[in-house]
Amino acid sequence: MSIWEYANPVKFMRTSGAILPWIGAGAAVCTVTGLAWGFLTPDDYRQGSTVKIVFLHVPAAMMAINIWVMMLAASLIWLIRRHHVSALAAKAAAPIGAVMTLIGLITGAVWGQPMWGTWWEWDPRLTSFLILLLFYIGYIALWSAVEDPDSAADLTAVLCLVGSVFALLSRYAVLFWNQGLHQGASLSVQSGERMSAVYRYPLYLTMLGFGLLFLALMLVRTRTEIRRRRLAALQARELRA
Amino acid sequence: MIALLRRDLRLAVRAGGGFGLGVAFFLILCSLVPFGVGPDSGALQPIAPGILWLGALLACLLSLDRIFALDHEDGSLDLLATSPLPLEGAVAIKALAHWITTGLPLIVAAPLFGILLHLPAGAIPSLLVSLLVGTPALSMLGAFGAAVTVGLRRGGLLLSLLVLPLYIPTLIFGTEMIRRGQQGGDAATPLLFLAGITAGVLAVIPFAAAAALRVNLR
Amino acid sequence: MTLLAVHDLVVARGGLRTVEGVSFSLAPGQALILRGPNGIGKTTLLRTIAGLQPPVGGGIEMAEDAVAYAAHADGLKGALSVAENLAFWAQVFGGGGIEAALSAMALEPLADRPAAALSAGQKRRLGLARLLVARRPLWVLDEPTVSLDAASVLRFADMMRGHLSEGGAALIATHIDLGLDARILDLTPFRAQGITPSRPAGFNEAFA
Repeated sequence: MSIWEYANPVKFMRTSGAILPWIGAGAAVCTVTGLAWGFLTPDDYRQGSTVKIVFLHVPAAMMAINIWVMMLAASLIWLIRRHHVSALAAKAAAPIGAVMTLIGLITGAVWGQPMWGTWWEWDPRLTSFLILLLFYIGYIALWSAVEDPDSAADLTAVLCLVGSVFALLSRYAVLFWNQGLHQGASLSVQSGERMSAVYRYPLYLTMLGFGLLFLALMLVRTRTEIRRRRLAALQARELRA
Repeated sequence: MIALLRRDLRLAVRAGGGFGLGVAFFLILCSLVPFGVGPDSGALQPIAPGILWLGALLACLLSLDRIFALDHEDGSLDLLATSPLPLEGAVAIKALAHWITTGLPLIVAAPLFGILLHLPAGAIPSLLVSLLVGTPALSMLGAFGAAVTVGLRRGGLLLSLLVLPLYIPTLIFGTEMIRRGQQGGDAATPLLFLAGITAGVLAVIPFAAAAALRVNLR
Repeated sequence: MTLLAVHDLVVARGGLRTVEGVSFSLAPGQALILRGPNGIGKTTLLRTIAGLQPPVGGGIEMAEDAVAYAAHADGLKGALSVAENLAFWAQVFGGGGIEAALSAMALEPLADRPAAALSAGQKRRLGLARLLVARRPLWVLDEPTVSLDAASVLRFADMMRGHLSEGGAALIATHIDLGLDARILDLTPFRAQGITPSRPAGFNEAFA
């Protein structure tokens, strides 16, 4: 049994329909518990209660990048193996990724105002997220502009490939351009303890919750796209009959 | 391939405005900026590198949609695709023609506009070198954007949305190089980055653009 | 020897099959005329054979770089003269002089005029003259006689006969009788019959 069997839309619909409620429930439980737990953590001695926004900010920012990587993988699968479900999953993921990027930017601004004294700073991390948002917008706009679904899938996949290279390039180019205020990664394997366990565990929970939330939303949106395609096929058949 | 380049250049000359339009736009932009920020050289000088590069970017963007759209409309693109010329080569040639008609005149005119914006004379060489090294990447990336949007209605707006984010690294290193030239810093690092980006773009993007064109032709 | 062999070809437009199960072959000196009602997929079939879009199923066998394709748009630049337009395509296709092509479609008096000043019929003649400079054995023509007057149609038929007698072949979608000794293939029986589950064509039909 190969994973490619799920490229068959009928099989995908059956399986995704069965697991969707579980993923949705898992996402709700993890996100709600994680956020509530995070809200009840003590105030940080330097940052005060503003530290609590981290439980929204970090998972959203993490998903913003992960979703783009997932879209890149899905685009490659589409270009190489021509599995339609893959192309539709990339299409379905893009608006979620854009919203995650936006959440990351807005929560960052809300946190930055009291901490850095400014809503917006042209800091490398902030700037690269803004650039990522631009790439998401371009990708979504291209999907909606091309009428033929297969051509749209091809063009957006090529754009995703080129965009990935340039998003990465921009990430390092902005480092060159401005060194910035943003602290380093909040969680990092090598650097050991940066964040105390009090904050770390609820953060892990919300990160898991956001991951599941994305999975659930992506499945719902992919199922919608597949149904839309099926509807178009049925209408075309009726027209021809 | 030479024939295609000669035809595109000849068309640019005959259609009028091929060479001059971008420069005229650049001139207008550079003369509008002082109205916006004030005539003071203390205000103009620090932003001059950015304005010059942004002007080059926008002037380049203006003529991008014509790279493939006209050939698509009159059927030339179909014929080129069935010709012995590889489509990747045709893309590269068309980007080169675009660079010769818009990039090159901008570079020639840039020192003049630098003076308008009070760019010190010492920074002029780095301005010229940065444009010379950076603008080919702009034309090539623009050709990619034009290839992606060639058959679309309202493709022009989408084209700028897709292409401008791709220009960010070039813009960063281009302006940084002039700024360092202005302050007498080490301009070699940004120059090398700029050259690296341009070389990578010229090597890889023709294939992506040709793939997009093939999709749009079918 | 055949120039073009098509087996069980299936073509699609916008993700939907138009015709399926089309098979034919063309030997040097032969011409095949495609007929069928509007919208059956003649243009799609011709574009597929010209290599502008991939077939959904079946096979196309022919030598590489064998096709000269001419469709509704002639690929002319209004700012260039007639001779310059033709010379450009001659260079791109690696063909030779343009004089023979100009005289074949009686374009010599117009050679120095800008193509923008030509009438629709004159543009069409220039578009067809391009076939001669391309020097390709297989002509794939989509409604080549649109906007030609009677004299020009005769001239085009002469040009076609010359091409066939030199060992070329042609695949033409047209409703006009060119007076050629050509086979006729009516596409109506090959109209795609909805969806056959054993051979899903594209994604849209995979749900059946």
